[in-house]
Amino acid sequence: MMCMTCGCGKGQTLIGGHALARQREPGREMRYRIPQAVHEDQHQHATNQDKIDFGAGPAGTHAPGMSQSRMVRIERDILAKNNDYADQNRRYFSEHGIFALNLVSSPGSGKTTLLVKTIAALHGAQPLAVIEGDQQTDNDAARIRAAGAPALQINTGKGCHLDAHMVGEAMQRLDLKGDSLLLIENVGNLVCPAGFDLGEAHKVVIFSVTEGEDKPLKYPDMFRAADLMLLSKCDLLPHLDFDADLAVANARRINPQIGVIRVSATSGAGITEWLEWITAGCRNSATNRCIVGEFQEQL
Amino acid sequence: MHEMSIAESVLQIIEDKARTDGYTRVNAVWLEIGQLAGVEKESLRFCFDVVTRDSVARDARLEIVETAGQGWCMECARSVAVSARYEPCPNCGGFQVEVTGGDEMRVKELEVE
Repeated sequence: MMCMTCGCGKGQTLIGGHALARQREPGREMRYRIPQAVHEDQHQHATNQDKIDFGAGPAGTHAPGMSQSRMVRIERDILAKNNDYADQNRRYFSEHGIFALNLVSSPGSGKTTLLVKTIAALHGAQPLAVIEGDQQTDNDAARIRAAGAPALQINTGKGCHLDAHMVGEAMQRLDLKGDSLLLIENVGNLVCPAGFDLGEAHKVVIFSVTEGEDKPLKYPDMFRAADLMLLSKCDLLPHLDFDADLAVANARRINPQIGVIRVSATSGAGITEWLEWITAGCRNSATNRCIVGEFQEQL
Repeated sequence: MHEMSIAESVLQIIEDKARTDGYTRVNAVWLEIGQLAGVEKESLRFCFDVVTRDSVARDARLEIVETAGQGWCMECARSVAVSARYEPCPNCGGFQVEVTGGDEMRVKELEVE
């Protein structure tokens, strides 16, 4: 799945250091970059063109003197392939009571630090696992493992976001217990991950007070896609010329329904509220699993 | 947004469909692009021409149907026209506007032979 935003491909994706399995419907190489693919394709076409089959048109028949030109309704969403994978992930999560969060932000907003703090604060009370997305290195997954939680690193190589297929593959390698919390730390990027559903329950955008208050206005798609905004590094507010109320107002201008929690991994401020939000979500997912299970039994 | 990638995705959808339906030529492609989808139409036209060269959709006419941005203003409790995501409600000037339409990106129809 190529990125609609910056054109990155996925040729270098690694999950836990291993190459990504081929997609069931293999995505074609990007033609305008790799012209050889065009020629291979044409050779295949040439063999088909050696014969004339009047029944092989799209209408399946041939009426003399009439063109076989016709309309084909497609009604296919341009991002449909990713959305199909996301639906499969969502079904899996719901059947297993897994509460999945897709954490998105610009690089350096403190996602990993906040995750480490979250894992420590949960004290093992909640079974959880982390999927870490980065272009390169295993550093973040190592930090999460050191904090005591299982973590799998996805290296996207050239890619600027995680997609639903990568997460589906990662799920098969993570031995996630039922009713778990799954934290997916996306690649640090406020643009591309907005368009790619991973099957998560919520996107959570992390917005640090060392950025500009107008970030939601500059990157509206991401703030629009998120259900919760964590205003991070709030312990730094006294030292900065950052208007937190304006930042929240800007986010609500883009997304009136977005929830906001002001947090600091350093001082621990807001962590309790964040944990309560997570716990409520986990409870919901577990309850829904029971309902789904009973419903399926009745069928 | 990056129109080259969108054009590539459109071509992929066309080629998938060409494989299953067995047509060899696409004369026209209808896309539905919402006003709020963040796609530059002229740029998309240019990219479409580039990526469809040597494909079943070579020389295909690209028709882009633009759908208007629509929103629901919570203050006014009615549907309003929205020209950009962060714009205020044209009625009350408030920002409690939920986008309800005009952010779609889809391939609608093909004329094939």
